[in-house]
Amino acid sequence: MIAASDWMRVLSLQDYNTRLVVLGTAVLGAAAGLIGVYTLLRRRALMGDAISHATWPGIAGAYLIYQSVADVGSVSKPHGWLLLGATITGLLGMATVVAINRLTKLKEDAALGIALSVFFGGGVALRGIVQQIRGGSAAGLESFIYGKTASMTVVDLYWIIGASAVVFVAALLLRKEWTLLCFDAGFAGSEGYPTLALDGLLMAAVTAVSIVGLQAVGLILMIALLVIPPAAARFWTDDLTRLLYISIAVGAVSGCSGAIASAVYPNLPSGAMIVLCAASMFGISLLIAPARGLIPRHWRRRHLNRVILHQHLLRAMYEAQEERTDDVVTFDELIGARSWSTRALRRAIAASIGDGWIIEVPGQTTSGSALQLTRRGFAEAARLTREHRLWELYLITHADVAPAKVDRQADRIEHVVEPEILADLRSMLGETESPMLPSPHMVGPESGDGTDHRVRT
Amino acid sequence: MRAIAPVIGGIDWSWSLDGPIVLVAMLCAVSAAIPGNFLVLRRMSLLGDAISHAVLPGIAAAFFITGSRASLPLFIGAVVVGSLTAFFTGWVARVGRVDEGASMGVVFTSLFAIGLIMIVQIADTVDLDVSCVLYGSIETVALDQTTWFGLTLPRAAWSIAIVCVVNLAFVTLFFKELQLASFDAGLATSSGFSAAVLHYALMILVAITAVASFESVGSVLVVAMFIVPPATAFLLTQRLSRMILISIALAVVSAVAGYVLAVAGPRAFGFESTKVAGCISVVAGGMFAAAVLFSPQTGVVPRRIRSRRLRREILRDDILAYLFRVEERSESRGSAATDFSSLRQILLCKASRLKRCLSELQRDGRIAMDALHYRLTDAGRTEAVKLVRSHRLWETYLQDHADVDPQRLHVHAEQMEHFTDPQLRQRLDRLTDTATDPHGSPIPKE
Repeated sequence: MIAASDWMRVLSLQDYNTRLVVLGTAVLGAAAGLIGVYTLLRRRALMGDAISHATWPGIAGAYLIYQSVADVGSVSKPHGWLLLGATITGLLGMATVVAINRLTKLKEDAALGIALSVFFGGGVALRGIVQQIRGGSAAGLESFIYGKTASMTVVDLYWIIGASAVVFVAALLLRKEWTLLCFDAGFAGSEGYPTLALDGLLMAAVTAVSIVGLQAVGLILMIALLVIPPAAARFWTDDLTRLLYISIAVGAVSGCSGAIASAVYPNLPSGAMIVLCAASMFGISLLIAPARGLIPRHWRRRHLNRVILHQHLLRAMYEAQEERTDDVVTFDELIGARSWSTRALRRAIAASIGDGWIIEVPGQTTSGSALQLTRRGFAEAARLTREHRLWELYLITHADVAPAKVDRQADRIEHVVEPEILADLRSMLGETESPMLPSPHMVGPESGDGTDHRVRT
Repeated sequence: MRAIAPVIGGIDWSWSLDGPIVLVAMLCAVSAAIPGNFLVLRRMSLLGDAISHAVLPGIAAAFFITGSRASLPLFIGAVVVGSLTAFFTGWVARVGRVDEGASMGVVFTSLFAIGLIMIVQIADTVDLDVSCVLYGSIETVALDQTTWFGLTLPRAAWSIAIVCVVNLAFVTLFFKELQLASFDAGLATSSGFSAAVLHYALMILVAITAVASFESVGSVLVVAMFIVPPATAFLLTQRLSRMILISIALAVVSAVAGYVLAVAGPRAFGFESTKVAGCISVVAGGMFAAAVLFSPQTGVVPRRIRSRRLRREILRDDILAYLFRVEERSESRGSAATDFSSLRQILLCKASRLKRCLSELQRDGRIAMDALHYRLTDAGRTEAVKLVRSHRLWETYLQDHADVDPQRLHVHAEQMEHFTDPQLRQRLDRLTDTATDPHGSPIPKE
């Protein structure tokens, strides 16, 4: 069991090392979240995947070259060399993707896959050679793949802060250009912006973040930091500025919380914890984000369905009693009026009784319950029927729809029309404030000549 | 056997040592390349990569449940999670309205992270090496031999051979359906079989292939073999059946050549042999680069050669037509200079190209040179008449029938004169019925 004092110690950042790691991962998460938004919008979410795999031969190759240049037997890890090598092959990998896209008819995904697998294969082959060098297997090249967040040094932190600062400044300066590039590259080109150079700068920023992140969270988990925060942020907003803020926040928070969780429970690898934090934020966003989340969308749809059902009920009530003096409608009449299930109809009736639109009339008929519109319900039902018939009329006179088909089409649109459009319709059809329009087609089975009973108002 | 195996770089090759490794590498490469064709066509190339990273939690979960390192449970766990990767990717993309690539990135990195955590938890009790899953150890396959049907082969070779046969059978049996579903999923569904079912069957096959392969050779090789040979084949042919056959051949070649490179390559620099899987991907990448450059139809180099040849052909036509116009004009306005530098000024081209075209024309007997001035021979004149006639017929036609701006007549005709054959000229002649073009020049008779 983890004692409360452990939590306190970690959360108050008393350890120098914890402080270092939490700060480093938070900054890295923020930078990756920022640049990830642009790659997501550019539909190159997995570019980071290809670039970070492509750094691998550079790391192994740089180590080999360093070993042959430097004194044989020096076991120190040439940090700068490795990062330089990673940058070179990372950029080469990116250039390969662009070249395959331009020179062949292969699609983006194949270009990414080829660059990724061939470069990584080369890296694996070079690593096989590195391992033969004395001290080569101890050179810590492995940490580039799985990350070694817990042992982050202050030098690593400086690299992360430096690269992130450059990326933030670049994003600030090139905000307009990158936005244009992401939403409409063709338009950006025709406006005279150097799209190739802008694209290159964007990808170079991705490379920079990936490379400094490699050591912190590892190759595969670096991809997650570039992809997950922007994808999670996308559920919350359609506005680019907000998208950037949310994505940066998600990245930074998952960096922090992952590192803290790993500091409290030492047997949870921090890179993986960071990714899981980001992934759970993605999952939560997928479910509950108001704009595009699953649950709010489901509720909205349910609400709309209820409103529609309720409106159909009122209209069916109105039409059933329209031609008679008697204003009591039986359940059987209603069930025959549309193709709705008994259950749905019962639910709608119960809801409408609750809302005070209709009342149940006991003992009126022998079979089933009988219903009656209240005064308020009658007014509402008349309004709905009128709007429905207005639409039908419009469709017949202006859209040339056959009278037998207007009912279904009007049915679909009447529930989502705004009052302004209805007012337009009214004036367009030259209609005065008459109490009720006649239906343009037959209503109810008994009023027709038996041609098509399914088409009902 | 030593007699058959060539000696490269002073290395002794032997069937008993190298044979099993090459065989396993070949089987892996082929079994991945077969379904890979459809991944490339369906723009899902990265799925192999995603699946091979995402299987970690499946392997770990199978170990949690069974408590052993027996192959079958681990295999089943990995295949289940691998297939789930494909399902989840599709689900998140569809339901969450996320970009397909992003949804793949979210799914496979999350699964990988879960797998890493699970493996760290069980690391005390069992040695499950993550790097072994990623790089594999094809070099050691020969240590674990199994004899079936009187044939002694590495155990890995048997399991991958089964996967290879299953893949081949699936693709052969459902070739027509796969083809239709890859190019037009809507039509496939409307013609009576579900493209979605076929899609998920393919995804499960991809997962099985990936899992069966990396037990022995690591995910690096499968990921490369899913994409690179099919993509190379895609550049070499337009037919799906040929694309699959070519990709299989390329997979075999890269397996063999990659092995040779892994063993012989590092020798050149004084090292021992290196990872075979990595070298096979590098060789496959090299062949892809060669296809990008030299593929007969779409290669960069053949395309450039063709466009240069066409440019020279057009320049030769232009020279002939210009010389003809000079002859024509000399009757009324006196002859114009047709020496090298004035030709160059008129035709606006590089000196070297003009020189080459002129000497080609001279060699073919189309033009001759008098006192540094070029003139048409009889053969050249026949050719030039055709060109100028085409040009002027087009100008007339474009003005009479296509309502082209008079200013632009010459430009259009200049482009079309080069590919106008006698039949087309005859039809144009019938349509125009005039002796002179819009600028008043006579239309010469052939």
